[in-house]
Amino acid sequence: MKKQIPIIITFIAGMVMILQYFIPHRPFSDIQQLFNTWYVIIAVFAMILGLGNLLKIHAIRLQRRPKGWWYSIVLLLGFAVMFIAGMGWGIERGSLFDFLFWNTHLPMSSTMFALLAFFVASASYRAFRARTSEATLLLVSAILVMVGRVPLGNYIWDKLPLLGDWIMSYPNMAGQRAIMIGIALGVVSTSLRIILGIERTYLGGK
Amino acid sequence: MLLILVMVLTQGPIELAPPTDITAEDRPNDAGGNVVISWTKSADDGAGSDAVQEYLIFRAAQDEEFQQIGRTRKGGEEFVDATTQDGVEYRYLIKASDGTVHSEPGMSEVVVSSAQWFHAGRISMLVATLVISILILWFIRKAKRGEKLFIRRIAGLEAVDDAVGRATEMGKPIMYIPGILDMDDIQTIASMIILGRVARKAASYETPILVPCTRSIVMSAAQETVKEAYVDAGRPDAYDADKIRYLTDDQFGYAAGVDGLMLREKPGAIFYLGAFYAESLILAETGHSVGAIQIAGTAQPSQLPFFVTACDYTLIGEEFFAASAYLSREPLLLGSLKGQDWGKAIFIIILIIGILLVSFGFETIISLLSTGQ
Repeated sequence: MKKQIPIIITFIAGMVMILQYFIPHRPFSDIQQLFNTWYVIIAVFAMILGLGNLLKIHAIRLQRRPKGWWYSIVLLLGFAVMFIAGMGWGIERGSLFDFLFWNTHLPMSSTMFALLAFFVASASYRAFRARTSEATLLLVSAILVMVGRVPLGNYIWDKLPLLGDWIMSYPNMAGQRAIMIGIALGVVSTSLRIILGIERTYLGGK
Repeated sequence: MLLILVMVLTQGPIELAPPTDITAEDRPNDAGGNVVISWTKSADDGAGSDAVQEYLIFRAAQDEEFQQIGRTRKGGEEFVDATTQDGVEYRYLIKASDGTVHSEPGMSEVVVSSAQWFHAGRISMLVATLVISILILWFIRKAKRGEKLFIRRIAGLEAVDDAVGRATEMGKPIMYIPGILDMDDIQTIASMIILGRVARKAASYETPILVPCTRSIVMSAAQETVKEAYVDAGRPDAYDADKIRYLTDDQFGYAAGVDGLMLREKPGAIFYLGAFYAESLILAETGHSVGAIQIAGTAQPSQLPFFVTACDYTLIGEEFFAASAYLSREPLLLGSLKGQDWGKAIFIIILIIGILLVSFGFETIISLLSTGQ
């Protein structure tokens, strides 16, 4: 029974969602919105579980003092400050919460994003080492596209930007579309397996 | 100056040409309550005196007076009235206006809005869905009868056992990252299914598995999945719910948190299976720096190059969705993979026929295969 009920719910929900895609008439047209609302309600309850989990794990770390335990103090303090600021003075524009968001959270997020530039450089170095014929092809295409998209490319040869665009529009696009078709078929197949109850690993079945 | 004054005083009121060819039709393939009104621009819109600034739309239900219901800017030739009642007869008037003076109205025929029971623009999608579903079910049936099905080798999936084994030998944990989208995304659902397989393997080897999550609901689902996997592997006592933890909903906060975990815990194997965006390379490069064997899989084409570069194995698109069936080797699941492959073969044939037809000028095939919104 523990597995049958979720499978029945999944089957009904899946079939209804498929039907609503092809039937624009009410009540089917309202079902997607209704399901989204239910999902948001469930997600809010799950959020409480998530926060509970976060606080519990870091409280345990404070108690056991493993390596780097002081980071947990930063997290718990950060959580407490933002929580008090939001609950006490609201989250409107100009509030303390808003100030903290724009002046601490956002710069830290941007810093993480900026790290990507260095990671791209190190990953490119490994990818572009021309040790195999595929890597050489990748290196040559990448150079043509990169150089073709900066003024220097046009200066070297005025057809270079066109060549770069051709690589992006034809070989690259063809590859991407082939992947997309495979993905679409994979999604259909996975969805069918779940809706029909053939795939039940997530319920603990073999 | 006097000349200008005389010209202004002698000039009569500006007359605007009215919009013409006014049609009002029920919007097709919807849930009702919508009428699309279209017209041909006034001769004074973009030409003539070029004085038209806007079009005013008026509506009258049966036996009622016309009332203004909306306006569009100059150049507009269509307006959707989304406030109609199905079954009621409406007429529409359109007037061109320069802000003060209105043109003579143009009137539409009577129109009635209604809801449709089938989206006619999605016939091609329905046919494709039915064909693929029938193929998949057909091969599942064949698999049920015990027929042997050949599935090509997928290197990334063959490496899953090796990765878990390697982490076990090194005495290091496994890290499983289920992407950054919520449970309403098919990639996250597929990721949870694969997590069940990986967790079962980890449980049988008694290797700890860390699952940092960016969504609370994913954390709850992952906890249940891993718990069930440990029960199935006969080691429910080894399950530790705190290893499946929620970090934050913030994309780069999550990336920072996972990077920190990688550097502290030094996992022997890292799985990136799910939906990823700009954080993919930040995570995969950090994982590479700690010396972990890395297996990635996603249906985000834009992130695949990053994973191919930084990881040891990458499951590209459909391979990611095939992972659960491939790892389980269960005939029923493998049958669905076979059906999927046949679906792909049919698409390739349709693509080739389509290319040939369009090349020879038979462009009707494009509208036949298009999907309406």
